[in-house]
Amino acid sequence: MSTEFAAVLHDMLAGAGVPGAARRWADGELAPGLAVWRQLAGLGVTALAVPEKWDGLGASPLDLVAACEELGHHAVPGPVAESLAAVPALLAALADGDSRGGWPGDAGSSGEWLAGLAAGDLIGTLAMPPRLPFAADADAAGLVLRADGGVVCLARPGTRHRSVDPARSLSEAHADRVLARGAADAAARALDWGALACSAQLLGAGRALLEASVRHAGARRQFGQPVGAFQAVKHRLADVTIGLEFARPLLDAAALALAADGPTAARDVSAAKVACADAAYLAARAALQVHGAIGYTAEHDLSLWLLKVRALVPAWGSQAEHRARVLRELGTGAGLA
Amino acid sequence: MTDAFRGEVRAWLAGHVPAEPLPSLDTAEGFERHRAWERELAAARLAVVSWPARYGGRDASLAEWLAFEEEYYAAAAPARVGQNGLFMLGPTLLAFGTAEQCDRILPRMSAADDIWAQAWSEPDAGSDLAAIRSRGVRAEGGWLLSGTKTWCSRAAFADRAFGLFRTDPGAERHRGLSYLLFGLRAPGVTVRPIRQLGGSTVRTGFAEIFLDEVFVPDADVVGAPGDGWRIAMSTASHERGLTLRSPGRFLAAAARLVELWRRDGPAGLRDRVADAWIGARAYQLHTQATAARLAAGGTLGPEASLGKVFWSELDVALHETALDLLGPWAEVHDGPDARWLDDYLFALAGPIYAGTNEIQRTLIAERLLGLPR
Repeated sequence: MSTEFAAVLHDMLAGAGVPGAARRWADGELAPGLAVWRQLAGLGVTALAVPEKWDGLGASPLDLVAACEELGHHAVPGPVAESLAAVPALLAALADGDSRGGWPGDAGSSGEWLAGLAAGDLIGTLAMPPRLPFAADADAAGLVLRADGGVVCLARPGTRHRSVDPARSLSEAHADRVLARGAADAAARALDWGALACSAQLLGAGRALLEASVRHAGARRQFGQPVGAFQAVKHRLADVTIGLEFARPLLDAAALALAADGPTAARDVSAAKVACADAAYLAARAALQVHGAIGYTAEHDLSLWLLKVRALVPAWGSQAEHRARVLRELGTGAGLA
Repeated sequence: MTDAFRGEVRAWLAGHVPAEPLPSLDTAEGFERHRAWERELAAARLAVVSWPARYGGRDASLAEWLAFEEEYYAAAAPARVGQNGLFMLGPTLLAFGTAEQCDRILPRMSAADDIWAQAWSEPDAGSDLAAIRSRGVRAEGGWLLSGTKTWCSRAAFADRAFGLFRTDPGAERHRGLSYLLFGLRAPGVTVRPIRQLGGSTVRTGFAEIFLDEVFVPDADVVGAPGDGWRIAMSTASHERGLTLRSPGRFLAAAARLVELWRRDGPAGLRDRVADAWIGARAYQLHTQATAARLAAGGTLGPEASLGKVFWSELDVALHETALDLLGPWAEVHDGPDARWLDDYLFALAGPIYAGTNEIQRTLIAERLLGLPR
């Protein structure tokens, strides 16, 4: 199921002119990118993580992961992990709590927002300091949240910073109206959903970088032969393949553990983030080296993936934080699954 | 189903695994102690759980086999001295052998009555295995083998061996090779043990084998004469992929590493400890996915090379991390943590045998990625 879904998504995105849309997104012209997002909504991608009672699909987490991977594969601009995973997870917790009268605050619009996200009428983003100090792509989002400690607020975007990925902006998010207090667990969960989705994006971007490297190495000739015939190139790309291949099962296991609210969810999400980010970064470094000077230009589309990977590696918790969390969780006895 | 089986395995191991580790299987005494252990496993029908019952197995699924392996390593049970036969020749016979060969060879293999050594490499045919020069000359009712094999695991103490021999002198490279079985104490066989690198005892885990007109009957040719390369490459996939290194080994080692780090590990090594655990977990999950794919009728092809590079480098990195954690005790061979040193030395061989990791990377690049040859 998730494989077929990914194939449909891949075909759609391959014909959607995503690289051009990403470049215009970088120039502040969001319309072509938002058109891609509307196509994604048409396929149900924006509804995957929204529960059915809020007009979403409540889909398998494997489908969500497959979709985010494909968005990373095509370097789709916009707040992917935020709007497709973290914001729906946070709002669903607030909406559930609100229906039980659980949150001191004004979470009353959560259900409405969830329906908007599912339909693709609304794009959401969020900041969760300290791990996620800025809201990504707030200028494309109709809903900006801020979760700090256990306090979840509607936020208004402040100072805008440029990301190393030109097709991504980072905005400070100033607390506005309080939606819920005492929601630390829900916020932590949302952070894990974001980290999971970001891991999937990284894995997809890594795959794209490997594919581009293989294409280039087969076409580019030096010393009278394709550069891909040189063993140094072969072995480097073999290592990239191995990294991506062994990151995938960690990603799928993390998705299932998180959806089941299992005792190993935190450990598994962190393991997936570490492996996917390392694999994607290895793919990026190899891709740049295999492409040579042409890869070091802004004109070449490779730059879209190279810089997105560089931006996402430290997002949603650094590699060091996630490694530390794996060991911490092992110490709680959740270690041997 | 798997859970009940896992429980039985766990309980049996808890009652039978020797409290004191056995002497190294790469010594004469250790080899026979390990043979005795194999016989205990066989008596409990735990030696080859995934094999058919008539050969000593239980017809267990791959998922059950993986559960067995996890429990086996978690219980710190002895190394498998029969490994070459059980995990390489056995599956090859099940795929390519005749019923007569299976009936004659497999029960004795699973019962550890015959322990098998591999005889692939030659002095001039290591990574370049197709450069094999040892030959088989046609004789009445069989073949006469002559030549030299080397780096033959377990050959110093094992009973029988399997390998490739050039039976068509006019053919070159991977053509004209046959997959043959021979006795290590047969007339014309000389075994010269080779001392291995380091270790807390003198270990002769592999050996050179000199063959001088050693007779092998036709009944001990696996598959058709001349078809040996194809058959051996199927064994190679077993060796590289699912069977040679089960995830249980790395999960158990990673769990011990985490404990070692917790004891008094410096913060600076934290990331490497985490990576070792993450790597072991990734290998476990990946192997489970492969097993599920095979159970659904899939095959294991060149992607076996991905796993071979991954586990062998994980094994080295994991043990290097342990030695770095041990600090000055890392070099001490008779100290309380000497096992890490022995296991490290064992791990160092991984990137070399079963096709060096350089060969594997080239296979990955050419066969999986389609890069030009």
